[in-house]
Amino acid sequence: MRIGEQDWDFTPQAGSNAIWRGTLPAARLPALAQAVKAEGGQLVALWGSDDRKLDAGFALHCAFMTGAGLVWVSGTLPAEAPAYPDLAHVFPQADRMQRATFDLLGIRAEGATDTRKWLRHGAWPEGTYPLRKDFAASPTRELDAYPFIRVEGEGVHEIPVGPIHAGTIEPGHFRFSIIGDRVLRLGERLGYTHQGVEKRFEGMDLATGARLAGRVSGDSHVAFAWAYCMAVEAATGCMVPERALWLRGLFLEIERIANHLGDLGYLGNDVALSFGFMHFWRLKEDWLRLTARLFGHRYLFDRIVPGGVAVDLADGSELLATADRLEQEVRDLKAIYDEHAGVQDRFANTGIVKPAMAARLGLTGLAGRASAQAWDARAQFPQPPYDQLDVNMATHSRGDVLARAEVRFVEVFESMRLIRAMLELMPAGPLQVAVAPTGSVAEGMGWVEGWRGEIVVAVRIGADGRLDRVHPHDPSWQNWPLLEVGVLGNIVPDFPLINKSFNLSYSGQDL
Amino acid sequence: MATHLILQKIFKTGIVSEPAPAADTSLRTREQELHAEILKVFGQAITIRHVDAGSCNGCELEIHALGGPHFNIEGIGVKFAASPRHVDLLLVTGPVSRNLETALKRTYDATPEPKWVVAMGDCGCGCGTVGGMFGENYASCGKVANVIPVDVEVPGCPPDPVTLLSGILAAVSGRTA
Repeated sequence: MRIGEQDWDFTPQAGSNAIWRGTLPAARLPALAQAVKAEGGQLVALWGSDDRKLDAGFALHCAFMTGAGLVWVSGTLPAEAPAYPDLAHVFPQADRMQRATFDLLGIRAEGATDTRKWLRHGAWPEGTYPLRKDFAASPTRELDAYPFIRVEGEGVHEIPVGPIHAGTIEPGHFRFSIIGDRVLRLGERLGYTHQGVEKRFEGMDLATGARLAGRVSGDSHVAFAWAYCMAVEAATGCMVPERALWLRGLFLEIERIANHLGDLGYLGNDVALSFGFMHFWRLKEDWLRLTARLFGHRYLFDRIVPGGVAVDLADGSELLATADRLEQEVRDLKAIYDEHAGVQDRFANTGIVKPAMAARLGLTGLAGRASAQAWDARAQFPQPPYDQLDVNMATHSRGDVLARAEVRFVEVFESMRLIRAMLELMPAGPLQVAVAPTGSVAEGMGWVEGWRGEIVVAVRIGADGRLDRVHPHDPSWQNWPLLEVGVLGNIVPDFPLINKSFNLSYSGQDL
Repeated sequence: MATHLILQKIFKTGIVSEPAPAADTSLRTREQELHAEILKVFGQAITIRHVDAGSCNGCELEIHALGGPHFNIEGIGVKFAASPRHVDLLLVTGPVSRNLETALKRTYDATPEPKWVVAMGDCGCGCGTVGGMFGENYASCGKVANVIPVDVEVPGCPPDPVTLLSGILAAVSGRTA
C-alpha cells in the first residue's frame, strides 16, 4: 500500500478492506510515522509484546489511522535491551503509551523526552515487567513519588484532587496549578484502576476473553466485545453470520444512545440545571429497561460472543415505539438546552480545544469530531452492517463544551435513524457459528467506532488455541492529554463540566 | 422561553418515582457489630461515599442510575456525599487495585464510626465467573473484603439499581436476618 511518497509492504487483513498488517525493522517506524502524519493520518495505539517464546525478541506495535484504513505495524526488537526510536516527537499522543509500554515490558523509547513512569505506581518492583512471560515478582509497596511539573512564580498555588474524587466517578489524580481562579496548568496522574487486564488475557480461552474484553471499560462493553470478537474471527478465519453482524450494529447504537443520554443529563447537572439531569436519566432508565427486556441485560453484557451473538431480537416493535418516543423527548429537551441562557452561558466558549491543536495532539472520537477532526469508522471505513447504512458523521468546529454536547445530540438522532434502518433491513438467519482455532499462531485486529471513539483490539492466539497476547485500546489514551489543554485559562469551577463533556474512561486507559 | 418549556415538560411527565424495594437481609456477610440504639438514631437515613477501587466503571453506571427520578433515593433517606468524613456507609466497587489500596484504606480510616461497608459487583464480592476473572494478581488485591471489612455484598455484573438499593437498605435497616 502507498503512504506518503513510499510503497509499504502491508497486506489487508483477511475479510476486511479497512485493516492492514505489516512488519518493519523498528528503526523504520519514525519514517512510517512521518509519512502517515504527512498525509493527515494519526497514531491510534502503541503497545508491545514479549515474543521470545516464538523464537523472536520483543516487538513494538503501532496502529495508524490512514486514508486507506487502520494499519497495524509491528517493529521487531532484540531480546536483549529492547529499544525503538521515540515516536512522540512525531505523534505526541505516543508519550503515555510509550511510558506504559516501558512499565509493563521494559521496552524503551530511545530519545524520548518524558521517561516518567505511568502505570507503575510502586505495586511491583522497578526493573521487573509484568507483561514479560517470565515475570515472577511479588507485589511491593514502594513510595509513589510522581514528579509533577511545577508552575512557579508569585501567587501561583496548587490544588491536588484525587485519586478518590468527590462524585461517583473513577479514580485519578489531578494537579491544578492556579492563579486566582484561573487554571495555569493541569497535570494528570492516572493508572489507579490498573487491574493487570492484559496479563489476565494470557492463556485464557477465546470465549472467556470476550467477557474480559467487554470489561476493559464497562460503559463501552459492546464496542470492546465486538472489536475483540472481530479480531478473534479474523485470526481464525471465522465467517460470522450476517444477522449476527446486524445485531452487533444494533447493540452498538443502543450503547451509544444510552451513554449520550447519560452525558447530556450530567452536562445539565454540572451547570446547575438538575431538571436536565432528571429528564435525561429518566429517558436513559427507560432505554436500559427496554434493553433488558429485549436482550436480557441492561448494558448488553456478554451478548456478543466469538462467532456471533448470544441473543436474538424476536420483535422490534417495542424498540421502534420507544425510539420514536425518546427521539421526540430528546428534541424537547434540546429545545430547552438551546433556549436556556444559563446553559448556553456555561457551555459556550468553555473548555476549548481548537481544531489545529486537536489535529496536532491527536484528539479523536466524539471529542475529536467536536473539534473538526472528521473521523468516524462507521462513515469512512464501514464494515458490515454499516456498509449498507450510509452513516452521517456529526462534526463541529467550536471545540468547546457546547460543541461536544451538540455532537452528542446529533449522534443520538442519527443512532435512532440507524436503529430504524437496521430493524427494516436486518436479514433472517443463524446467530452464531463455532470458532475453531487454527492450530498455529494466528493474529487479528478488531476496530469498532464506540460511542467515545475508535476501539481497537489486537489479538494473538497461540498454537494451543488460547490467547497469547491481547491489547485493548480505548480512545481515552489520546484524549486525556487534551483535557489538560482544554482546561487551560478556564476557572476551576468549570473543570467538572469540561471533564464531563469529554467523559473519558479511566479503566480503559489504566488497563 | 426556557422556563415555559421546562414547566410544560415537568407537568406533562408527572412523577415517575417508584416505591423503594424491601431490604434484602440475605446479602449480609457478617453479624453487624452495632448497637440497637445507634440504629434507632440513624433509622433508615443514610449518607454514602462511593469509592471506585478499580472497577471497569460498569457498577458506576448503575450507581448513577440510582440518582435518577425512578428511584427517588433522597426521598427514602439515602444521600451521596463528597467526603468520607460525612458518611455512614462506604459503597465500594472493585476489584481493589494495588495502585488504589492505600487510598481505600485511608478512606475507610477517615470514615467515622459507626460505619458500614457495602461491596458492589461480582469483582468487589469475588464471586461468579467475573469475580474469578478479576481475582488477585500482580496489580490487584481481588475482592474488597481482602482490604477492608465488608458488611454487605451485592453481587451482579453490574447489580441493577433495585438490587443495589436492597443491599444498601440491608446494611442499615437494623432488622436481623
